Amino acid sequence: MNPQGWAEIVLTIAVTVGLAWPLGLYMARVWKGERTWLDPVLKPVERLIYAGCGVKPDAFAAKGGQGWLAYAMSFLAFSIASFVILYLTLRFQNLLPLNPQGFAGLSPDLAFNTSVSFITNTNWQAYVPETTLSTFSQMAGLTSHNFLSAAAGIALAAAVARAFAANRSENLGDFWVDLTRISLYILLPFSIVIALAYVALGEPQTLIANVTAHTLEGAKQTIALFPTASQEAIKQFGTNGGGIFNANSAHPFENPNAITNLIEIISMNVLSYACVVAFGRIVLAAKEARALVAVMAIFVLGASAAIYATETQRAPALAAAHADASVNMEGKEVRFGAPSTAVWAANTTGASDGGVNGMHDSFMPLGGGVAMFMIQLGEMLPGGVGSGLYGMVVMALIAVFVAGLMVGRTPEYLGKKVEAREIKYAMLAVLILPLAILGFSGVAAVLPVALKGLANPGAHGLSEILYAYSSATGNNGSAFAGLSANTPWWNTTLGIAMLLGRFAYAVPVLAIAGSLAAKPKLGATTGTFPTDGPLFIGLLIGVILIMGGLQFFPALALGPIVEHFQALHAVAAR
Amino acid sequence: MLSQIRPALVATLFFTLLLGVGYPLAVTGIAHLAFPAQAAGSLIRDASGQVVGSALIGQNFAKSEYLHPRPSAAGTDGYDASNSSGSNLGPLNPDLAKRIAKDTAGLQAEGAGPVPADAVTTSASGLDPDVSPANAARQIARLAAARTAPVSEIEKVIADNTDGPWLGVFGQAHVNVLKTNLALDAAWPMAHPRP
Repeated sequence: MNPQGWAEIVLTIAVTVGLAWPLGLYMARVWKGERTWLDPVLKPVERLIYAGCGVKPDAFAAKGGQGWLAYAMSFLAFSIASFVILYLTLRFQNLLPLNPQGFAGLSPDLAFNTSVSFITNTNWQAYVPETTLSTFSQMAGLTSHNFLSAAAGIALAAAVARAFAANRSENLGDFWVDLTRISLYILLPFSIVIALAYVALGEPQTLIANVTAHTLEGAKQTIALFPTASQEAIKQFGTNGGGIFNANSAHPFENPNAITNLIEIISMNVLSYACVVAFGRIVLAAKEARALVAVMAIFVLGASAAIYATETQRAPALAAAHADASVNMEGKEVRFGAPSTAVWAANTTGASDGGVNGMHDSFMPLGGGVAMFMIQLGEMLPGGVGSGLYGMVVMALIAVFVAGLMVGRTPEYLGKKVEAREIKYAMLAVLILPLAILGFSGVAAVLPVALKGLANPGAHGLSEILYAYSSATGNNGSAFAGLSANTPWWNTTLGIAMLLGRFAYAVPVLAIAGSLAAKPKLGATTGTFPTDGPLFIGLLIGVILIMGGLQFFPALALGPIVEHFQALHAVAAR
Repeated sequence: MLSQIRPALVATLFFTLLLGVGYPLAVTGIAHLAFPAQAAGSLIRDASGQVVGSALIGQNFAKSEYLHPRPSAAGTDGYDASNSSGSNLGPLNPDLAKRIAKDTAGLQAEGAGPVPADAVTTSASGLDPDVSPANAARQIARLAAARTAPVSEIEKVIADNTDGPWLGVFGQAHVNVLKTNLALDAAWPMAHPRP
């Protein structure tokens, strides 16, 4: 550990949070349907989509939007349509154009897993992309759903914001309008700019599948190329994380240098923070939004510091060989080293992005453990785009409920009374995580067909299983990648975990939104628990840690924690 | 629910065309006009125009007159640029300890001081184009002997191909292996046959 490393970590997070403010204010304009400077170009496109969909664009009026059930139905219908079209594209890519390598169609279980993965904004990849997917599948199949699953998540955040702003109203806005405006006015223009910056900085962008190099020593090297920069841009900006290449953002084409690395880290978190800022703008609760941002950033900073510390611990295998053991370089790139890899790992696991610039499987035991724990805390730190905001709002509701129990008053949050109904739905959503993660992990840990996929023996093997189901349920998508997950068991169960993590969470959240929207908006009184100060920040951090910690600590104790002590023992024995 | 089918299908298909076809093709078009070298993969060609590699992609060098890259876990023989991968071995995996012990023993004779970590660990991508300055420095004596060149000149070539952290803060110092080896060949041509 050195001052340069700490400066990199702190600056990266500070710049990200700083940029979220202007972006969040812009996003609030898009959510409200206000004019933006892109209107001259995009308004006609927007109108065309509404005409095609048969949607009336007056959804911003007091009447005319959807209630929570209709909004949820639209969200589900869209997700189902996305799934069917993506499944067919992948299953039959051999019949579709732009398949220069002549790849076969995906197997049914892999096509199921991959389609679910990309419509749920998870982007778990059970396959090696450069030897599995055609250029057409990468572009029309995956790049487009990188946009759409992100837009759908942000749409739900907009609906939740409207619920808190509403006063005895049913109207949460219109899903189709939100989806369209978020895709057109936020995701597309920023992605174009970011993608071109990536190309300028060295990322390839070509339809040529590969070139053959004749090396100086006379060997041949086949170099895979793709339209990399365009997918990299939305992969990070939409907290997707599914790489064009197997090595993801550790691959020098996806992430050639420290500058692209910084842009990629910033872009994978900035939109999630911006959703909170926009929420504060819509609900007229800027201070409360700032408190939520603070909680998120504190967790990311803490996790970055913890991983930086573990990765500069003495690595057992290097120490045993009497090599320089000061940095655990297995699975890390020289241009990034420990600090860039640590801050990336904290951001990607906190943000439900899942892209990696180093291999989490080869992290020191506690480094991998912290990454896994960030996912298990519920993907709201700052979480996926949109889903991070509504995840955090659910936690805030539970936090004010706990505070209310302590003083014996009906809790309120942002002028809305929080009653039994909301808390029931909130717990329903929150309990999906342990149910899917611990349930599936428990079964997989004793099932020979599942255990065949493990790459590492002992406690680390259990960590691989736990990480896989955490990543799937949290819609993260990163992996302890030694796990050979492209088998019917893993593809199917991880697919189900992804579906539960997305939809069994989002629907109760929309039900909460519907219930809150219908309530009167109350003014703050002297008896209202303040939700913008350090007291609330501390309470919220406590609730998040207890919910995550108590549920997952026993499982973590058998995986990364026991392995940590084994590592200490191995180094001390030298 | 039925009323949702039309917007669901229309929106999915329209956006697939706009975002899945239009967007990447538009970026490809602009990229080829504005940044043709990067868009094509930062390829490096020799005097005859043949591609010798990409500045961004690691490749193997085993001969004593070349700077050696890090070990690679990409593909079956390593450095497979169409099959990127790390080893994914856990920190306590016995296979990792065995591999590192073997590689370290092989390098111990080459120079003074401990073997740098990056010289005996596989990178995340298996295609790391760089080595650390310490790793490069430890190979200077071998390079100078193989090329019958003064140590200070080799040091200069390596320094020319070293990049520090961006703004002194972001990332780590690194030496590009392929560019270094091309510069070495240019300065002290070796009489070995090229295919």
